Amino acid sequence: MSAVMNRNTQPSKYGATRGAIQIKNVDKIYDPEGAAVKAVDNCTLDIPAGEICMVVGPSGCGKTTLLNAIAGFHSITSGEITLDGELLCGPGKPQAEPGSDRVVVFQNGALFPWKTNLENVAFGPIVQGKMSKKEAYEKARSLMADAGLGRSERNYPGEISSGVRRRVEIVRALMNDPAVLLLDEPYRALDSLTKSVMHESLLETYYKNKVTIFFITHDLEEAIFLGHRVVIMTSRPCRPKKILEVDIPHPRDYNALTSTRFRELMDETMDAVHEEAVKAFEAGEKEG
Amino acid sequence: MSAQVMTHQMPGPGRLRKMMTNQRFYRAITGILVFIILWEVGARSEQWAGFAFPWIGLVPPPTAVLGAWSTVFVESSYWMSWLQSFGRVLAGFTAAVLLGVPLGLAMAVSRTFNGLAFPTFEVLRPIPPLAWVPAAIIFWPTQEMAIAFVTFLGAFYTIVINVVGGAKSIDIRYFQAAQSMGSNGADIFRRIILPGVMPSIFLGAAVGMGITWEVVVAAEMISGGGSQIGGTAGGGLGFFIWNSYLGGSYELIVVGMISIGIAGYLCSSTIRKTGTWATPWKRLR
Ligand SMILES: Nc1ncnc2c1ncn2[C@@H]1O[C@H](COP(=O)(O)OP(=O)(O)OP(=O)(O)O)[C@@H](O)[C@H]1O
Ligand SMILES: [Mg+2]
Repeated sequence: MSAVMNRNTQPSKYGATRGAIQIKNVDKIYDPEGAAVKAVDNCTLDIPAGEICMVVGPSGCGKTTLLNAIAGFHSITSGEITLDGELLCGPGKPQAEPGSDRVVVFQNGALFPWKTNLENVAFGPIVQGKMSKKEAYEKARSLMADAGLGRSERNYPGEISSGVRRRVEIVRALMNDPAVLLLDEPYRALDSLTKSVMHESLLETYYKNKVTIFFITHDLEEAIFLGHRVVIMTSRPCRPKKILEVDIPHPRDYNALTSTRFRELMDETMDAVHEEAVKAFEAGEKEG
Repeated sequence: MSAQVMTHQMPGPGRLRKMMTNQRFYRAITGILVFIILWEVGARSEQWAGFAFPWIGLVPPPTAVLGAWSTVFVESSYWMSWLQSFGRVLAGFTAAVLLGVPLGLAMAVSRTFNGLAFPTFEVLRPIPPLAWVPAAIIFWPTQEMAIAFVTFLGAFYTIVINVVGGAKSIDIRYFQAAQSMGSNGADIFRRIILPGVMPSIFLGAAVGMGITWEVVVAAEMISGGGSQIGGTAGGGLGFFIWNSYLGGSYELIVVGMISIGIAGYLCSSTIRKTGTWATPWKRLR
């Protein structure tokens, strides 16, 4: 395992040495013997180490399916996915092993309600046996303090606002020192003000710690503001329809939102997404 | 993000003061007082109206009940009834928890075991515990064991069903998150499933405790004083009521009923308190 990882010590163009994901000709058919719903169709996508890769596409097109395949929650039907050259899933191994190198942050959050925020953050290294409880709590404390979450340490997730919960969850993910963060519409339920705080905090975290970010969203502004690239998926079954390079230099702040280049990119994305959304809608009409 | 940090609500000396100034507290007191006064007035209807009101006119008035209570209050046999019923409830209930929780967890965790055990369980479950009384008396060596067994059944099914349901309703994202952070099966059981079903365990236990009291009282009434079958068995609050009925002391019947009410309340509030203590994260919402 380490032999493969060590081979690739050249930093990527984003300055990261691990976390490169290659998705090659991936198909995913749900329930092949029965309804046979094709969710992903011949999807190929190359994500360099340390990239913020934003994924947008019509509702139900298969984005979560792709994320679950990378995370190892579901199998794929054909094709292969590798992480830093190492096979996650592919021929002979339909489902990847879930692992702390690819930590998922879910749409509605999945902090364990029965653990305090600090215990949540310390969870990964403790179960992996990488750190003693004491070390894990110490590191969790310092990460939370860095993220401005020190005040919420002793609270249960149920006691803090949803924005803070999301930040705690991202800190919990980073605690595992992952190569890839898999985010499935993490900020969907947040109001736009909280969202903008989340974006700044995510970027700040990213600048400190260049992990690859695979980020699914419906919010085009969010996609362009955060991403190095925006992958626009086709309607179901999904595959990249268009990949947009966001040539606004990082580090970015909120002034980027008002630049002309930003508006141009928005228009471009909007057109592509709209086209697919209409297709998805019409397909839905036919099925219905 | 204004309500970022809420404070824990700590029980303390402030709570009594809060209760004393609480409108709901006074409403409850008023309600109970009105109930008792109506009861007293209704029960004495024959004295002041010349005829007994239907139903309530036949019930002994609270003052008479209180009088009867004060006489049995100093008798050890009355407290013996408490002790006997409590002993049976605790024995049956404890056995139900000790067997029901692991069984429920096993059924929730293992599909194979669920497939094997669930059908039998579902066939036996609809049989009311009291329907077991005759069979239990036959196949348990002592009557005491028979009563405890029937009591056990009362809580057992509820606890198992709640544990299975509670485990099934744990959000799949918690499992995925735990896996994605490198948990193995044992971690998931200990750190996700156990705390995840904890609220359901206490819910099942609270409901089960209620059923336990219902069952024990009925079983005590059915089994009688125990003199006819097995020596020291028998007694208990259920038998206390039954015996008062046979002796024609209506006041003591009501004393027995209220005693059971108090006993049941003490048990379920103990479970509720334990539940609150064991699931601190539920306190806050
Ligand atoms: N377990 C499953 N079994 C069968 N079909 C499924 C399953 N999961 C998802 N699907 C179907 O696959 C398609 C893609 O679902 P997926 O959740 O990946 O879409 P999505 O792009 O994430 O949608 P959204 O934007 O609404 O989150 C949908 O049509 C969905 O109904
Ligand atoms: Mg989705």
